Amino acid sequence: MNRLARRKLVSALMFGLTGICTLLTISSLFFILGYLLWHGIRSINLEFFTQLPKPPGEVGGGMANAIAGSAEIIFLATFIGMPVGFLAGVYLSEYGEDKFSFVVRYATDLLNGVPSIVIGIFAYALVVVPLGHFSILAGSVALSVIFIPIAVRTTEQFLQDVPHAFREAALALGAPKWKAIATAVVPAAFSALATGMLLAVARIAGETAPLLFTSFSNQFWSLSPNQPSASLPVMIFTYAISPYRDWHRQAWAAGLVLLALVLFINVSARLLLPRRVFK
Amino acid sequence: MTAAAKTKSSAVEPHAAALAQTAQKLTVSHLNFFYGMHQALYDVSLEVEANRITALIGPSGCGKSTFLRVLNRMNETVKGSRAEGSVFLDNDNIFDLDITLLRRRVGMVFQKANPFPKSIFNNVAYGLRINGLCSRWELSGAVENSLRRAALWDEVKDQLHKSAYALSGGQQQRLCIARALAVNPEVLLLDEPSSALDPIATSKIEELLFQLKRSCTIVVITHNMQQAARISDRTGFFLLGRLVEINETATMFRNPSRTETEDYITGRFG
Repeated sequence: MNRLARRKLVSALMFGLTGICTLLTISSLFFILGYLLWHGIRSINLEFFTQLPKPPGEVGGGMANAIAGSAEIIFLATFIGMPVGFLAGVYLSEYGEDKFSFVVRYATDLLNGVPSIVIGIFAYALVVVPLGHFSILAGSVALSVIFIPIAVRTTEQFLQDVPHAFREAALALGAPKWKAIATAVVPAAFSALATGMLLAVARIAGETAPLLFTSFSNQFWSLSPNQPSASLPVMIFTYAISPYRDWHRQAWAAGLVLLALVLFINVSARLLLPRRVFK
Repeated sequence: MTAAAKTKSSAVEPHAAALAQTAQKLTVSHLNFFYGMHQALYDVSLEVEANRITALIGPSGCGKSTFLRVLNRMNETVKGSRAEGSVFLDNDNIFDLDITLLRRRVGMVFQKANPFPKSIFNNVAYGLRINGLCSRWELSGAVENSLRRAALWDEVKDQLHKSAYALSGGQQQRLCIARALAVNPEVLLLDEPSSALDPIATSKIEELLFQLKRSCTIVVITHNMQQAARISDRTGFFLLGRLVEINETATMFRNPSRTETEDYITGRFG
């Protein structure tokens, strides 16, 4: 009887513990959201989106160049990373049954785990050193290296989810294999693939370390891919460690804008994800 | 004397005259098939007659599906599979034909309806498009024609741009038949096309096959003995990877020459 009571007590305790841990997990998200919103919302104004940064000491100014720079870096990184990741994913899903593809799969997972600062060094050596200066292109190359393994594995996963019956139906109509993939398999997974790509975009949007010594930073407008440019994550980093109160204020605003962007991409990706049309 | 001899021989083989007239669409000789080390078909030889329905029966795992999938070389998608022997489609050995050309001539309908997640129109047009037909006008003519041949036109003509998944199971299967017919195959292979359908949808498919044999040679696998008896002209019985017997359906069901066949069709096993 006593033993039974003890068991019940332990069970209740453990149940309470799992609940507390769950609460901790989700509350950290809401804490970050709330804290950013609290500090950021007061600093966001029209100037923030339309003006260039002011020199230290002057009040006001915005991060228009960093917002545009981030957009350009992310766009270019997606432009490089998406086709490479997509086609490699198609290879793994549709052609990869041998030892080689096992190696590719494993290497992709390893690449996914490489610390982003190391990827930054890689892009520095690959692009910055030969060109002799920082550039948007270098930042995009760094981010695309992060983009590719994510795109590869999501593409492979979503194509594997396409029922084998679609492949057979296309082949039985006399489609060569590549055509069956292009016209039956990929379209069937299209919205799932779009979701995967968007999540990869959201993932690279917040990366800071690889940009520090690739796209670097810039006080002015610079949309040429061959020039260094400001970007939101780097601006947050620079402004947050600066001694100026007004810069801290702007760093909060930039953090809020970046988080809102990532959340927006994430949520639209989830909405795009199809209700399972095929059984 | 000669006349008497003739009469006698035609009494013994009532189908001899008919057989002489029907062309052999497919001629399979000494076909062995392997999945890796496992042999799935043993020395199968048979002829499929043009514009007739050939039914293949036999217990699960007897090799009839494997056999069917050899005829359009769908089995080659299985890694490590291998065929020995020859299969002639008219005068061409199918193993020498380009695989895509072969599959355009020998269409296939699967056990479970597998329309693409596209509109009804685009499902039927699929085979034409991948073969390079793009003109809207020609496509819609061909799509209508195929849907009519599959006895589906009247049911879907006002909703061609709806998703194929809006159709019932039986309609989906007829849509798959229409999709296969669109590329004008000479032979249509069907792997238990009505096993997932209710009796009404099944009878529609059966009627349809009956209509289709005028323009097409049909090979159909069925688990349903009554279905084989109802629709087919000839029936082949597979057991353990071997073709036990193939004959005119009437003969096969009334007077099978092998005891295994008789045991199976009378339900003593399988």
